[in-house]
Amino acid sequence: MVEFGDSIDRNINAKVLALAQRLNEVRLEGIIEWVPTFRSLLVHYDPHLLPIGSLNAHIAELMLDLQIKERSGRSWHLPVCYDARLAPDIDEVASRTGLSPVQVVECHSTATYHVYMLGFLPGMAYLGDVPAKLVLPRLATPRLRVPAGSLAIATTMTCIIPLETPSGWHVIGRSPVTFLRRQPHVAALLAAGDTVKFMPVSLREYEQLEARAAVGMLHIAPVDETMERAA
Amino acid sequence: MTPTLGVITPGLRTTVQDLGRVGYQSFGIGVSGALDPISLRAANALVGNPPSAGTLEVAYVGPTLAVEAEEVRFAFVGALAPIEVLPDVTAVSGRRIAPLRSVRLRRGEVVRVGSLSDGAVLYIAVEGGFDIAPVLGSLSTDTRGRFGGWQGRALLAKDRLPLCQMRPSDRDDLRLDDFDRTLPQRFRVILGPQHNYFSDSAIATFFDSEYTVSAHSDRIGIRLDGPPINQDKDVGFTSDGTAPGSIQVTGSGQPIVLMPDRQTTGGYPKIATIVSADLPALGRVPIGAKIAFEPVTVAAAQILRRELFAAIDAIGDKLLPLGQIEADVSPMLLDCNLISGVVDGGSWRV
Repeated sequence: MVEFGDSIDRNINAKVLALAQRLNEVRLEGIIEWVPTFRSLLVHYDPHLLPIGSLNAHIAELMLDLQIKERSGRSWHLPVCYDARLAPDIDEVASRTGLSPVQVVECHSTATYHVYMLGFLPGMAYLGDVPAKLVLPRLATPRLRVPAGSLAIATTMTCIIPLETPSGWHVIGRSPVTFLRRQPHVAALLAAGDTVKFMPVSLREYEQLEARAAVGMLHIAPVDETMERAA
Repeated sequence: MTPTLGVITPGLRTTVQDLGRVGYQSFGIGVSGALDPISLRAANALVGNPPSAGTLEVAYVGPTLAVEAEEVRFAFVGALAPIEVLPDVTAVSGRRIAPLRSVRLRRGEVVRVGSLSDGAVLYIAVEGGFDIAPVLGSLSTDTRGRFGGWQGRALLAKDRLPLCQMRPSDRDDLRLDDFDRTLPQRFRVILGPQHNYFSDSAIATFFDSEYTVSAHSDRIGIRLDGPPINQDKDVGFTSDGTAPGSIQVTGSGQPIVLMPDRQTTGGYPKIATIVSADLPALGRVPIGAKIAFEPVTVAAAQILRRELFAAIDAIGDKLLPLGQIEADVSPMLLDCNLISGVVDGGSWRV
């Protein structure tokens, strides 16, 4: 475990992702895989092939010339429907933050989010930071079932829940996008270091997109950086 | 016709598992794999499979399976359980067979694995393995992601598991008399990575106490009941990565040892990590068992790991032809007979 700090912080996370990037480039024998998190990089290794002393020495060397980037991954624009019929907590979030539901949507969807890490469930990305006005603690009593695609917030994080699961986050919308793809092979849409903007769609548009997703016809690709700048 | 195993009763939680799905944890995709990979490897060795072949992991209560192939070579390794072969699906009773040896069953025969008596898991290997497409390089079942293994879930009645071979290879059956399933007196751990969230007295409580495996334990984690390990108050914790055997301590002070279906990241501080050499034994520990922990150094853990791998390598050398069985009745065999109350040495295929 390589620790860079003990809090959720973009600078700390940028260092974590930079070390992950270096490990990906150098491919040391004996390193099995690595897991970037908010503040640390967990390196799974085989001590037969790579004794702990050598691993520590390699990592110390890689740490000397880390290329810290503000943005390292791909950029995504993802459709989300904030309609109350798909957002059981949006009225509660509005009343607790002193905003109207429309203002909650505007506040949430104008921010650009950074993928700090994936975890908890296959394909579940932790995105931040949520604008200060929308920061709320988790629900006192978690819901037993939150459907796949639910867009949720808790503390400074927002996420889209990739699979039906119990959750203590406030559900404020739903995306028709498949975050854990099954075909042609199992794969997560997002990766740590990616950037996400949520594009509000109406319930009718959501239903159309969802119908396309159900038959595998909803193709979501990262936004081309040059087009993004032109727009 | 495709050779299959027909599931007549699925058992409590029978899943397809191998040595796990490695390389996707950064996407939140867990490793899964056998709770007791040593027993899995032994079962595969007995039927001539490579160590990484997919097997059925049986938890607590076994399945009843019908042979829908010309002939299938099986091996059963793990906790003690009554294993019976019935002549057909309508039969009420049949002949008992022993674990730790390979056995060939013919089309129409049915094998029934009863309740496990001295451990949590038992593995059923079939020669040639299951004809199931791996997901991300593994046949292990990810029950949370609902992929891998057989349709991403535990077996259900009426499932038909496709097999790779219509009949066994033409070689002798094998036995494994010397197979050690004893549990360590105390499970060895390396302190940390977040032991600094706990006071010295809380850490002393952890090492001085005996913990009982809770009925809420599963393939994600072994939940332990016992004296609470209190955290220093007002210390927030930011989620980070988890390792196999990480011991998380929840807000109420109860330790949870993370097992193969663990989440790749966790939001509780981890007081210690079980050494990798003791993880297969921990996977065998059933609900209600009492366990305790002792600290060791990283260097000691790596020696234990080498010893475990040497023991794994030795499994192949310990396999013997089944033919000598009647001249050499092992204590293990006697034990099985005592439990079943049926002494029927003549019914094994020799």
